[in-house]
Amino acid sequence: MDPGQFLRASRVIIVAGKGGVGKTTVAAALARMAAREGLSALLVQVEQASALAALFRRPQLSYVESTLAPAAGTEAEVRGRTITPDDALLEYLEDHGLRRISRRLVSTGAMDVVATAAPGIKDILILGKIKALERSSGADVVIVDAPAAGHAITFLLSVRGLLDAVRVGPINAQAREVLDMLSDPARCSVVLVTLPEETPVNELVETAFTLEDQVGVGLGPVVVNSVYPPLSGLDTPPETAAEAVGEVLTPAEVEALAGAARFRRRRQDLQRAQIARLAERLPLPQLHLPSVFAANLGPAEVDLLADTLRAEVTGLPDVVPSSPGPR
Amino acid sequence: MKPIDDLDSLVGHARVLVCCGSGGVGKTTTGAALALEAARRGRRAVVVTIDPAKRLADTLGIGSLTNTPSRIAGEWPGELWALMLDTKSTFDDLVLAHAADDDQARRILGNRFYRNISGALSGTQEYMAGEKLYELHEGGDFDLVVVDTPPTRNALDFIGASRRLTNFLDHRLYRMLMSPTRAYLRAVNLAAQAFVRTVSKVVGGEVLDDALAFFRAFEGMEEGFRERAARVEALLADEGTAFILVAAPRVDAVSEASFFTTKLEESKISVAALIVNRMHPRLGTGRAEADRERAQRFAGTDLGSLYANLADLRTVADGEKAHLTELAANVAPAPVVRVPFLDHDVHDLDSLARISEHLFRS
Repeated sequence: MDPGQFLRASRVIIVAGKGGVGKTTVAAALARMAAREGLSALLVQVEQASALAALFRRPQLSYVESTLAPAAGTEAEVRGRTITPDDALLEYLEDHGLRRISRRLVSTGAMDVVATAAPGIKDILILGKIKALERSSGADVVIVDAPAAGHAITFLLSVRGLLDAVRVGPINAQAREVLDMLSDPARCSVVLVTLPEETPVNELVETAFTLEDQVGVGLGPVVVNSVYPPLSGLDTPPETAAEAVGEVLTPAEVEALAGAARFRRRRQDLQRAQIARLAERLPLPQLHLPSVFAANLGPAEVDLLADTLRAEVTGLPDVVPSSPGPR
Repeated sequence: MKPIDDLDSLVGHARVLVCCGSGGVGKTTTGAALALEAARRGRRAVVVTIDPAKRLADTLGIGSLTNTPSRIAGEWPGELWALMLDTKSTFDDLVLAHAADDDQARRILGNRFYRNISGALSGTQEYMAGEKLYELHEGGDFDLVVVDTPPTRNALDFIGASRRLTNFLDHRLYRMLMSPTRAYLRAVNLAAQAFVRTVSKVVGGEVLDDALAFFRAFEGMEEGFRERAARVEALLADEGTAFILVAAPRVDAVSEASFFTTKLEESKISVAALIVNRMHPRLGTGRAEADRERAQRFAGTDLGSLYANLADLRTVADGEKAHLTELAANVAPAPVVRVPFLDHDVHDLDSLARISEHLFRS
């Protein structure tokens, strides 16, 4: 599949997955992949603390857009911003002619009372803002780093819940519009991220079906992160490998090399089994990203992942099924 | 409880163990392993999970769990029980216990605003976890209650959760809304009127009416709730309660763990032990840089691959060690227990027992 076509399939891409699977890194890599295709990207951070800015070696993001990676040559720009419920509520109230009361509403904690009266209201304000960005943002692609853990589902499911709780008024209208966006694959798709491990795979499958059944979102390919890249020669005993190049190893070196090879082979076998299990249980195309053996991730690693992502997307068939199909 | 205790004396003597940490670090499995160990030492232990992902049931190798403790059969002198917190039924039970009569209980349980807050409100889950913990502890059926906290950054809301509800009850707006009839609107100040109008405008008058009906129905029960909340809070601060921080050695998980440590300190709670799961092995004493050079020198040969792999693994292991040094200093003198990468995720008692081996006998 052409990477540009993949990135243009929907304006909004929501990257979701449980904590620790590398969701933020994948969101950053997607943005850089877009930039390198000449498509400008806006990265949206929904959680307070996130490593997103650090991946670009930039200061923490704020509610006002800033540049994460400038345009250079044929590369487009990557920008970033946060969306917090309090800021989104303020903006919402101001847009609805309630500017005078809005600051007090947030500062007195009345926002919490409102959120109590209608749970999901915070999520809907964030999603509502994302929907507004879909229309108004100058960026070609809006990439959302969704909240971690089980919250990603609650976050997207909250729309349905809110429609039940709030049956009239502007919030109801807002929820309907958000649902329209979420359930239209031409406008919004969800990229789920997982690790090639047992529990993350189980949870990913569960999340995929819940999102499909209950929200009706279009699911993009699944990103399997931290896959050991293939490395030939790990089956050769260290002594034999050394002999072949005329080297002699100390017993300690032999032990360390053999131990490391054994560890990696075992982990690779386990990863392969989990990747196969994921393919069996969830008929969505998979994009594999390699483990990055660096102490701290930065722009160089993000670009490396963006390149891999591009290659993986290019390897996809042209038509991406939009439904995970029968269970 | 003093942080100098080791893990052994914690499972042997603590009355409550709270496992906290970010998502995906193995809190549920660790909690189950601690409860299992207590049962093996002859104690009556119950493990409570807040995670709706059924992970505890999977870990214990059983089909499902409910809001009341199920006994896990096994060959040990003590008892092992488990339950999965059902926020809504726990809240319902609390309402039933505090309501003056059936009519009051019925009015509250049937209220739509109540159904919203009891099922979905963030913070309610943490509040009910504290409540369940208290109930199990007070019931006298268990020597040790182990609980894992929700997998969110605000998991430590758990500590102040019960106070937050009582604060809510003390809130000016709440008192205003509690005025018996809509006539209050004429009496209260303009700002309050504007607030009520705004809320109606945003969420619709229906939601507001539900809320008002709830607050009216709730009248008279605040005192009971407040008292109970104070007792839950006292239990969490009790010296028989210990907080165990669970982490993974990844850089993001470690910074989350540091965040938790700070949050606990703010509540005057110290970490009793730090358990780090999924540690990579550190092979030999050689340096990763030297391995990398050799990998380059022998690039394209099997020896080159073997060195490249060793360099990767040593880089990861050294990075993990570096990430943990600061965290270990933060929680000192609490002991740090490291659990290696395991080949399989835990989904039966045998594999759970292997985690216990790593925690207690290695």
